[in-house]
Formats: sequence, C-alpha cells, structure tokens
Amino acid sequence: MLLIHCPYCDETLPEMEFAYAGEAHVARPVDPSRTTDEEWRDHLFVRSNTRGPHAERWRHVHGCARFFNAVRDTVTDRVLATYPAGSPRPDLPGKDTP
Amino acid sequence: MTRFSAAALVRNALNGQTGWTAQWPDAEPKGAYDVVIVGAGGHGLGAAYYLAKEHGITNVAVIEKGWLGGGNTGRNTTIIRSNYLYDESARLYDHALDLWEGLSQELNYNVMFSRRGVMMLAHNVHDVQSFQRHVHANRLNGVDNRWLTSAEAKDHCPPLNISADARYPVLGAALQKRAGTARHDAVAWGYARAAAARGVDIVQNCPVTAIRRGADGAVEGVETARGLIRAKKVAVSAAGHTSVLMDTAGVRMPLESFPLQALVSEPVKPCFPGVVMSNAVHAYMSQSDKGELVIGSGTDQYTSYSKRGGLPLIEHTLAAICEIFPIFSRMRMLRKWGGTVDVTPDRSAILGTTPVPGLYVNCGWGTGGFKATPGAAHTLAHTVARGEPHAINAPFTLDRFRTGRLIDEAAAAAVAH
Ligand SMILES: Cc1cc2nc3c(=O)[nH]c(=O)nc-3n(C[C@H](O)[C@H](O)[C@H](O)COP(=O)(O)OP(=O)(O)OC[C@H]3O[C@@H](n4cnc5c(N)ncnc54)[C@H](O)[C@@H]3O)c2cc1C
Ligand SMILES: [Zn+2]
Repeated sequence: MLLIHCPYCDETLPEMEFAYAGEAHVARPVDPSRTTDEEWRDHLFVRSNTRGPHAERWRHVHGCARFFNAVRDTVTDRVLATYPAGSPRPDLPGKDTP
Repeated sequence: MTRFSAAALVRNALNGQTGWTAQWPDAEPKGAYDVVIVGAGGHGLGAAYYLAKEHGITNVAVIEKGWLGGGNTGRNTTIIRSNYLYDESARLYDHALDLWEGLSQELNYNVMFSRRGVMMLAHNVHDVQSFQRHVHANRLNGVDNRWLTSAEAKDHCPPLNISADARYPVLGAALQKRAGTARHDAVAWGYARAAAARGVDIVQNCPVTAIRRGADGAVEGVETARGLIRAKKVAVSAAGHTSVLMDTAGVRMPLESFPLQALVSEPVKPCFPGVVMSNAVHAYMSQSDKGELVIGSGTDQYTSYSKRGGLPLIEHTLAAICEIFPIFSRMRMLRKWGGTVDVTPDRSAILGTTPVPGLYVNCGWGTGGFKATPGAAHTLAHTVARGEPHAINAPFTLDRFRTGRLIDEAAAAAVAH
C-alpha cells in the first residue's frame, strides 16, 4: 500500500485517503479552434506512461479534498516527492531508475 | 515433439514415460528473420503459429524478455466471453470464441476450454438498463446473451445472495452460456509447441531494448540483450510494456499501464458453477478445476509496472465477495499476484499497422485480452503477413484516437474481463 504525504495537511497517510487523478503537468491547448487533430489526440489520449519517476496528480479526498502532485517511481511504487498543484516538478537527482 | 493421443498415453504408460520429447527447443536467436514478434504471451505465440500455418511464413522469431507465458497470459483469471456492446467488439471477440471452440484439436494440446457460462449481476437500475441493452445489441449481432431474473440467477448459481435486504441486491443478471474459461498456461504452451513444430524460433530470457529504424524510417530490426536481430517486419505484442518499446521507435501510444491483481482460495469440492461477475462492486469469481475459488476485480487506481498492487483493493474485493456470496465468508485465501495491464482510453484494443513502415502493434487489451487470444493472434498474423488489417481488426486502429472513431467499451463496462 502506498504511503502518501499531503503537502497541505503535512501528514503522511495511507493510499485509501487519496484518489489518483492521472498524469500531472498535462497542459490544455490554449487555442482550441486552432488545435489540430494530432494535438487533440496528444492532449486527450497520449500519456507518457513512464517506467520510473512519474509526475502525477492526487487528491486528498478524505482529508483536505485538495489536488496536489507527486513524483512516484512506477517500478517500486515509492513516492519520491509531493508538491502543491501549480508548482513545477522538483528535480530529484540520483533517484531516477532506468 | 511427440503427438499427444490415447495411443501415445498408453505406449508411455507401458514404457515408463520414457517416450516423451521436449515440447519445443530453447532457440538461440539468429541474426535475421522475416518477422520478429516481441513478447511470448498467448497473443505473440499465437500470431507466430498462424503466420506459419496460414501464411506460410516460418522464418519467425518470438522474442521474450522472461519466460514464455510469464506475462499476463500466465497471470489472468481466464474468463472468456464475447458479449461486448459494440459491433466491432462483438465481431472480434466472437471470432476468438469461434477459434476457442476448436483450439485443443487444432493445437493437439488440451487448453481445457470449458463453456461453463459467464453471468453478470445487475445491482441497480442503471445496471439493469445497461445489461438489457447489451443483451439486445448482442442478439442483433448473433452473440449469445440472455437476461435472467434474480430467481433464475440464483437457480444458475445457488451460493448467490438474492435476499431483498442484501448489501448489493440482485435485480437480475445477463448470462452468456457459450462463455467460460480455459487453462491459461496451456494456451501459451500449446501455441508455443505448435509454432515451434512449424519452424518458429522461441527465444526466452532476451529483453528487446529498442526497435531499430533505418534511414528511410522503416523498421530494420530489434536491439536485444543478445545483440541486434534484423527483420523487415516487427510486431510488438508486449502488453503492459508496449508504450516503453514503442517510444524507442518514436511512436507515442495512448496507453497507461496499471496493476491488476487476482487471488485464489484454498481448494474445495466443486461448489460454484461458471463465472459470476459484478461490475458495480468490482468483483468476480469462478472455481478452477483444481477447486480454488479464483477471484479478481478492477485495476489499482495508479499506473505502475510493479506487478504488485495494493492490499486495499483486495480487501474491497473480498468484502464484496462476502456480501454477494455469504457462504464463502470463512474461506481462506491461498495466494495473490498481479500483472501489468495496458489500458486504452476507450478500453478497446489497438491491433494493426503503425506510422512506421514494417512495425505492427497489438496492445491495449487491458484487463480483458485473454479471451481474445486466438482472435487477436489470428488477425495480427493476417495484418503482418499482408501488411494491412483483416476486416475484423480493421476498426481497432491506432489512428482512431486522432479521428475520434473510438470503440467506447469503457462506457459499457467498468470491469471488462
Ligand atoms: C490479474 C489479471 C487478471 C486478468 N483476467 C482476465 C480474464 O479473466 N479474462 C481476460 O480475457 N483477460 C484477463 N486479463 C488480461 C489478460 O491477461 C491479457 O489481456 C492477455 O493475457 C494479454 O496477452 P498478451 O499475450 O498480449 O500479453 P502477455 O501475456 O503479458 O505477453 C506479453 C509478453 O511480452 C513480454 N515483454 C514485455 N516487454 C518485453 C521486451 N522489452 N522484450 C521482450 N519481451 C517483452 C512480457 O514479458 C510478456 O511475456 C487479466 C490480467 C491480469 C493481470
Ligand atoms: Zn490534505
């Protein structure tokens, strides 16, 4: 079971308190009417599906109910860092797995 | 390779079981093949078999990073059914079901296909409406599926709790009698043996690290832990690892990989008919021929390559099972495991050509591709041999995520085994 640190509540809690909400930092096209079919495909359907450190959104549904981001290693399932929504992905030197 | 028959059994019973030979050789990879298939799951091995048998292409290698059948093929709960909503899916899964029926004979290998029926429980008005829509759509497509009242459902499966005050009341059920289960390992072994007998090389313990493209952009082969293997045609059939491999060819895939878990109980005497599924509460169960209750549910919520998954999901699943079948509340569980399943946004597979000449892909089977094994393998072989899809897999393109022509089984079933 994952142990996840909510950056707002500043507590490390079991996975059951949280809801996964997909890859983080996926930017919505700024000008929809000029966005091509290829760009819509990439935005709506294509994900990095990284094997290794993956930036993703979580929501503390049974706590503060707010969205935040996490970097989790998808091979070990270890959460490497969590940070508030809207902040950039932190650099995590030396923690990359191949 | 010894052909299996009653006579061979008797002969070997009399000569101390000394007449059996290896079922397939452990091949060393050659430098080049006509076709390389990445992934020795049921789909990849089956495709190699059909390439050899139906298209006369025998200079084929199936390259596997671990042991054959050690991926989702050997980890799944073996539910086979074809009562999907959309015409495209009905054709694909029913094609597979047609092939399942003759598979043991065709491969001279007992895959233990058993038409024990799959029953899906409706617990609320939405379920009732959605399943009845499925039943009608299936009938129009000539796919067997029928509606049962809750009393009929209980008749079919006596351990079912249909009392009015049940935590998950049963309002009815959809039953596909032609559906059932098969022995997962035997499917991989049967295809491997039959493919090897026709000259296919099955190379195990050989991870493919990259797909190699030439200056013209077309496929040249695959780089592996044992060196470059050249081929003008490469088919990726690597389930949960497909997007990692396709990335190396510069093709980004609409896939996410999730853990999917299952568990079995201690073995008991036969007490549970067929497969019973409950989509609303995410739990399903059958009893194996060994007597274990085989239990599964939906994926964990987060993407992962860990092949593990968390205990909260198991707890949720077993809580649901105990409510639906109270007689099993004191059953002891023996073991649990997980696989990595590749899920598409519309929960339908991707099977066909790619933007890269010579590169083919079969993936996105997610939580429910065991049932498709013969059909996927058969149409993948056709697609690779001809360079264009078979009519049955033609709608399952990668390009549908650009055109918007989705096959949205996601909306039709939350747990889609
Ligand atoms: C717990 C669980 C329960 C399931 N229950 C059902 C069910 O009841 N009914 C149903 O229809 N489906 C079910 N499924 C889904 C089903 O198992 C899969 O859709 C199906 O088996 C996929 O077959 P495959 O041959 O494509 O994949 P796999 O059997 O996974 O084969 C892919 C192979 O590719 C290999 N590979 C990956 N990367 C590389 C590489 N770089 N180089 C070389 N080889 C590589 C892997 O090692 C693997 O052996 C379940 C899955 C799981 C995990
Ligand atoms: Zn919080």
